[in-house]
Amino acid sequence: MHSIPKHMPTSTVVSASRGRSAQEDPWWVRWTLISLSVLVLSVLVILPIANVFYHAFSNGVAAYWNNLTGDRETLHAIQLTLFVVPIAVCANVIFGVAAAWAITRFRFPGRTILTTMIDLPFAISPVVAGLMFVLLFGAKGYFGPWLQQHNIQILNAWPAIALVTTFVTLPFVARELIPVMEAIGSEEEIAAISLGANGWQMFWRVTIPNIKWGLLYGVILCNARAMGEFGAVYVVCGRVIGKTETMPIRVNTLFEGGTSETYSSSFAVASLLTMLSLVTLFIKIALEHKTQADLKEAAQTHQTE
Amino acid sequence: MSLGFTLVYLCLLVVIPLIALFTKASSLTLQQFIAAAWTERVRAAYFVTFSSSLIAAIADTILGLMLAWVLVRYDFPFKRLFDSLVDLPFALPTAVAGLVYSSLYAHNGWMGQFLLPLGIKLAYSQSAIILVLTFIGLPFVVRTVQPVLESLDADVEEAAACLGASRWQTFTRVLLPSLYPALITGFALTFARAIGEYGSVVFVSSNVPGKTQIAPFLIIQRLEEFKYAEATAVAIVLLIASFAMLIVINALERRTQAANSAAN
Repeated sequence: MHSIPKHMPTSTVVSASRGRSAQEDPWWVRWTLISLSVLVLSVLVILPIANVFYHAFSNGVAAYWNNLTGDRETLHAIQLTLFVVPIAVCANVIFGVAAAWAITRFRFPGRTILTTMIDLPFAISPVVAGLMFVLLFGAKGYFGPWLQQHNIQILNAWPAIALVTTFVTLPFVARELIPVMEAIGSEEEIAAISLGANGWQMFWRVTIPNIKWGLLYGVILCNARAMGEFGAVYVVCGRVIGKTETMPIRVNTLFEGGTSETYSSSFAVASLLTMLSLVTLFIKIALEHKTQADLKEAAQTHQTE
Repeated sequence: MSLGFTLVYLCLLVVIPLIALFTKASSLTLQQFIAAAWTERVRAAYFVTFSSSLIAAIADTILGLMLAWVLVRYDFPFKRLFDSLVDLPFALPTAVAGLVYSSLYAHNGWMGQFLLPLGIKLAYSQSAIILVLTFIGLPFVVRTVQPVLESLDADVEEAAACLGASRWQTFTRVLLPSLYPALITGFALTFARAIGEYGSVVFVSSNVPGKTQIAPFLIIQRLEEFKYAEATAVAIVLLIASFAMLIVINALERRTQAANSAAN
């Protein structure tokens, strides 16, 4: 705020500008834009959510429950998703912390290249990501013959699903942590070391408590994306019903099933995924306040130093 | 140690797969590459992919600017709720988005039963693809423009008003130019995401070559025929397009950062 004269309290400037309405639009502009925005969000976002639950529960709660638990293949898809997603999330948490640590605590040539590489999975189409792993591990892929000799199944099995899910969600935790660790700085960590803490103690008692909300935020986003990944998994999983289907793939199989029964089952599975995304949103909003408070605190301590 | 781990992890998950992709592509001669990645049918698929993504990205840029403006400048009931709803397309699995959009705009769906008699066909057509891509990309522009709009100083607008500019002139001549970098970044992110999208489109597309068949679908089709090299050729074209987007985004972000640090 360089343009405000120093002797003038900021609050009067702000209230004066609001009162004089230099930033205010005519009422008809305001109302048109607000109504349009509400309409757009209602049609594009609220209506679809309502529709998922309407179709899922259209035959009653009992039918809904039966759609989910009465079908062995659907149950297996849920189990597979709950098995594969934690692997991907854990791998990316360890990677995210290590990468953010390396990038924010050390200066080395190629740091920008490293950050770009972390972002790459965002720029690659999930289908292309799946294809890359098929080229590596497929029967006619580079490691395919060797894997077959040693009787190791990666493609069309859970390891490939875990691999592509990890690939697609790789940037989430690292991207959240880099700005947080950058803002917090390393003073407290250096202080801990100089007071006699070893590296491990410093990491668990100083670094982790400092970054915990940012870390959790990254985990939540990573988890949501991992559970919902479709394109990449579709390419590598082989879509063996009851064996290699994850929840989103199951939604597709049921949708293509053609009968009204499979159609409502497909919405039942979709409703679970929708609930997951709504919970994700709620946690995200709660965490956003925490991380922003952390960042502000960090900025203030830096200023007072 | 953390650096070593980071590098090994990136090598295993990102670099080696990418090398595999380019090695596969380079095993083709130029003629073979063109025969795989530039036939009439493939060109039609690129056209559907790129034109749908472009229209969706333009729509999202306009909608995103409006939403960001309304969410930053105006107060209205349930504003916080609507603000957080903008993020839903990020959190909602794309398969669910595809499923629900195909149901909404089908002939007996909630929207379709009113729109179809009017001649608006938003299921199993290219418009359906554009609509679902618009949904998927909705948060990008809002979330890139919102912080910039919040950080704008009120005195710029006051100065413009004092100098006799109308509200519209202030918007187009003073505010919009400072939003351009954020708008273009948001546009590029939406476009890049839309090019690669598969999960939602597969539910709403009837898969007619030249009309609703998208490029990622062709990759999957080639893979199912075990034509790895042909699939790779199409993938390379998509990859180059999205890398170009990434470079544009990075360049823009660096310019905005430079401009910000110059202003401070």
